[in-house]
Amino acid sequence: MTEIYQLTLYDLIEKIKSKEISCEEATKSYVDRAKKSQKLNCFIEETFDQALDKAKNQSGKIDTSKKLFGAPFAVKDLFCTKGIQTTASSKMLEGFKPEYESTVTSKLWDEGANLLGKLNCDEYAMGSSNETSYFGNVINPYRNDKDLVPGGSSGGSASAVAAHLTSATVGTDTGGSIRQPASFTGTVGLKPTYGRCSRWGIVAFASSLDQAGPMTKDVRDASLLMEVISGHDNKDSTSAQIKQEVFSQKLTKDIKGLKIGIPKEYKIDGMSKEIIDLWDKGIEIVKSSGCEIKEISLPHTKYALPAYYIIAPAEASSNLARYDGVRYGFRAEGKDLIEMYENTRSLGFGDEVKRRILIGTYVLSSGYYDAYYLKAQKVRRLIKNDFDQAFKSVDTILTPTTPSAAFAIGENVDDPISMYLNDVLTVPVNLAGLPAISIPAGYDQNNLPLGLQLIGKSFDEQTVLNNAYAIEQSINFKPNFKDWWM
Amino acid sequence: MSEKEFDYYLKGEKGEYEVVIGLEVHAQVLSDAKLFSSSATKFGSEPNSQVSLVDAAMPGMLPVINKFCVEQAVKTGLGLNAKINTFSKFDRKNYFYADLPQGYQISQFKHPIVGEGKVILDMPYGTKEVGIERLHLEQDAGKSIHDQDPKNSFVDLNRSGIALMEIVSKPDLRSPGEVGEYIKKLRSIMRYLNTCDGNMEQGSLRADVNVSVRKKGSKEFGTRCEIKNVNSIKFMQQAIDYEARRQIELIEEGNEVDQETRLFDTKKQETRSMRSKEDAHDYRYFPDPDLLPLRLEDSYIEDLKKGLPELPDHKKQRLISEFKLSNYEASVIISDQAVSTYYEEVAKNSDYKLASTWLMGELFATLNKEGKDITESPVSAVNLAKMINLIKDGTISGKIAKTVFEEMIKNDVDPSKIVEDKGLKQTSDPKEIENIVDKVLETNQDKVEQYKSGKDKLFGFFVGQVMKEMKGKGNPQMINDILKNKLK
Repeated sequence: MTEIYQLTLYDLIEKIKSKEISCEEATKSYVDRAKKSQKLNCFIEETFDQALDKAKNQSGKIDTSKKLFGAPFAVKDLFCTKGIQTTASSKMLEGFKPEYESTVTSKLWDEGANLLGKLNCDEYAMGSSNETSYFGNVINPYRNDKDLVPGGSSGGSASAVAAHLTSATVGTDTGGSIRQPASFTGTVGLKPTYGRCSRWGIVAFASSLDQAGPMTKDVRDASLLMEVISGHDNKDSTSAQIKQEVFSQKLTKDIKGLKIGIPKEYKIDGMSKEIIDLWDKGIEIVKSSGCEIKEISLPHTKYALPAYYIIAPAEASSNLARYDGVRYGFRAEGKDLIEMYENTRSLGFGDEVKRRILIGTYVLSSGYYDAYYLKAQKVRRLIKNDFDQAFKSVDTILTPTTPSAAFAIGENVDDPISMYLNDVLTVPVNLAGLPAISIPAGYDQNNLPLGLQLIGKSFDEQTVLNNAYAIEQSINFKPNFKDWWM
Repeated sequence: MSEKEFDYYLKGEKGEYEVVIGLEVHAQVLSDAKLFSSSATKFGSEPNSQVSLVDAAMPGMLPVINKFCVEQAVKTGLGLNAKINTFSKFDRKNYFYADLPQGYQISQFKHPIVGEGKVILDMPYGTKEVGIERLHLEQDAGKSIHDQDPKNSFVDLNRSGIALMEIVSKPDLRSPGEVGEYIKKLRSIMRYLNTCDGNMEQGSLRADVNVSVRKKGSKEFGTRCEIKNVNSIKFMQQAIDYEARRQIELIEEGNEVDQETRLFDTKKQETRSMRSKEDAHDYRYFPDPDLLPLRLEDSYIEDLKKGLPELPDHKKQRLISEFKLSNYEASVIISDQAVSTYYEEVAKNSDYKLASTWLMGELFATLNKEGKDITESPVSAVNLAKMINLIKDGTISGKIAKTVFEEMIKNDVDPSKIVEDKGLKQTSDPKEIENIVDKVLETNQDKVEQYKSGKDKLFGFFVGQVMKEMKGKGNPQMINDILKNKLK
C-alpha cells in the first residue's frame, strides 16, 4: 500500500481536493515520519503543532482554487519566515525571528501550503555537503557502509524530500545548491533563470547568483511548484518583469524535434565511466524521443569554477557585513566597538564562511580588484557568451549534474578544493543566469543515485521541464533506500 | 561699480601663496522617502522612528531605487549645466561602523548620474566660473550618539538611507570668499529647483573641503588635505584659512604636507589630523549586485528640462533687462527665490524702481528687525504694490508712505483704507495750495526780500513752512511749482 507521505505533491493535492485524504491526515503522515527521522538531522526548527492546527482548520474548508492546498511544506532555513526562527544554519542568527515573510514562502502559504519547519543547510548556503551547518551535518537517506552527505547547500531540503519528510520544498541555488543535493539524493531540483523568483526575504549569499527553486519528488511537482513561486516582485530590483506561467499545465513529454546540445568541455578529466555511461544513457533516451543531438562547445567552461569562487565570495564578503552584533543576532562583547566586531564575527561565523569572507575581501581590495574581481567578471561574460552562442543551435543542453555520487561525511571536509570541484558542472549555469534542472537518472555501482542536468535558455523553464519530464518517464527511476534510520 | 582685483594671497616669509580649494558638497535630496526605502525623512523625529527593515539591514532585505530621488538628482544636474549620464551604476562602499547597518554605503563610484557642469559666481572682481566634476547619489549613514551615557554609545538610524547628492567641484576655488559664494550659489540653485532645502543647521548641506597651497604664479598643485564634514560657510572659511596657513608654515620650514584627512575643531578654530593616507580605508568598491544599472531615456531628461523653473542666473539677466535693475539690486533679489517672486509681483503691479527701493529698504529692514523671511512678510506683495501706486498717482507722498507702511506692518490691509481712515491723503488742489503759499509769503515778507536779493537757500524754508501748514499732506511737486512761480 502506498503511504500518504509517498505520494507526489501533485497527487497528494489531488487527493486532498477530492477529499480522499484530509489535510489533517496529510500533515500527520509527514509529521509522524519526520518525528521518527531525527537521525537525518533535516530540521533546524519544527513547527509540527502549528502545522497540525492549521491542517485541522483547513480540513473542513477545501479551496480547490489553491494550487498547494493542504500540502505540508518544510523550507530551507535561508528563507525568512515571520515569527519563526530563521538561522541560515549559523550561530550568528540562532534565535533570530524575522518580522517578515520572504516573497517565495508567502506564495506557498497563499496557495494553501502548510509550514512544517525549517530545513538544515550549509551555513549561509556556503558548502556542498551540508557539513558547514552550525546545527550539524545532515545525513543522506541513501547510504553504503558509511553515512553519506546529502550534498549542499540545500542538503536538509534534499534529504527531507528524498526521505519523505516534506511533500516538496524550496531551496536556493548559488552555484549548484539545489541541483547537486538533488543529484545526491535521487530527487528533482530546478534552478530557475536568475530573476524568475524574488530574492526578497532570502538571507543573501551572492546576490547576482542566488536563486530560489523547487526541490521535489518528480518533474511534474517541480513544474507545479515553479509556477507558484515565480513572478515579478517590486521589492527585488533584479526580479524580471515577465508574465506568470502555468508550467504544470503545459508540461508534456512530447519533445520530438528538440535539439539537444552535448558540451564536449563537460567531459572533464578523470570523470568516471559510470558518469559517462549515465550521460550516454540520457543521450540515447532523448534520441529515441525524437530529439536531435548536437555536440557543442562551451570553450570557457574550465574558467567557470575559479571565476565563481571569486565572484561569489566577493559578494558574500559584503552581504555578510551586516552581521556585526549591533542590531540583531549573536553578539560577543568587547572592550570597544572594533573588539566587539572581532569577537562577534570570529565566534559567530563558522570556518567556511570566514574562509569565503577572507577570499572575498581580498579579491575586492585595492590593488587586487582588477586582477581578480574584474577579471572574473570578464570571464563571466565570456561564459554567458558561450551559452548564447550554443543556444543559437540547440534548445537545451544535457550534462551530468555532478562528477560523482554522494560521498561519506567528513571525506572532503579538510580539502576545500576537492569540495569546490563538486560544483564544476553546475556553476557555469549560475554565472550565465540560466535555468537548469537535475533529475535522478540511475545508480552507481554502490546503489547511490546519480543525476542528469538539463540547461535551458533564459526564461525557458518550460522546455527544460518538458525535456526532463520525457527523460524521467523513460527512465522510471525508483528510490531504493530502506528506512534504515528508523 | 568699480571692479576690485582678486587679492587673496597669503604671505609667507618666502613669498606669496595661492590657495587651491575643491569642495565635495553633500546635499540632502528633498524627498519624503529615503533613497532605497519608503521610510520618512522628517528632521528631528523621535530616534529610530523612521527606520524600515531595509534601513536596518535585516537579513534578506533589498534596496529599491526611489525614482523621485533620481528625478531630483537629474534636475540638480540640469541646474548645474551638467551632462546627465543616461547610464549610471550603484556601487557598494564597504566599511564597518555602528551607524552603517549594511556594512556598506550604496553610492555611485565609477558611473555617476551627473557628469561635468559649471556654476558662475558673481565676485567683486567679476564673474568666476567653477567647474563641477560630477554629482552622484548615495545613502546617508545613521547617527552615533556618544554623549548620553558614560559607558554606551547609541545609534539613531533615522538618517540611515536618506538620499544625498554629492556634488564634487573641480579645484577651481581660490579663496574663502569664493567658497562662500559657491556654497550660496549651489544652495540658491537647489532651492529654486526644490531639490535640497539647503538647511545647513540641520545638516542638509555640508561639505568636505580639499585645501592645498602653491607659490603665487605656480601651475603645479600642492599636496592637499581633506577637511571632513564642515557644516557652515563660516566654519568652511575659517578652516580653509587656518589650513592654508598651516600648510604654508610647513612648506616654509622645509617640511612636506602630508596628504591626509583632517577635522575642523570649531571651538579651537584649528584643523586636526584624523587619519593619514596610509591609514585610509580600503572601501572595496564594487557594483551593487542588488541593483540594476540606472538607464535614463533622453526623452525623460528632456521632459525634466522643459519642466525646470527659471534659475537664478537667467532670472538675474531678465530682471536687469526687464526692470532696469542694477547688477547689485538684481543679485540681491535673485539670491532667494521667494524674494524674487515677491519682487516680481510688486514690480509688475506698480513701479519696478520704487518696488526695488521699498523691498530692499523698508521691507528688508522690517524683516531683519522681526527675524522673519520674505515668506512670512507682514506686508503682502499685493498691498505693497498698491501703496507704491498711491505714491505714483500722487495720492500720498513718499514721506507719508512711510507712515502708511508702518501701519501696514501692524495690519496688512489695503493701503488706501489706511490713507482714508487716517486722513493721510495728499492735497493736490492748486487753489488750496496757492492760498497757503500766499499766506506763508505774506507772514514772511522779510525772508521774501532776502530771497529775492539772492539768498536762494531760503526756498527750502518756504517749502517747509507750507508743508507744515498743510500737515505734511501737500503735494511736494505742486508746492515747489507754485512757490517758484510766486517768487519769480
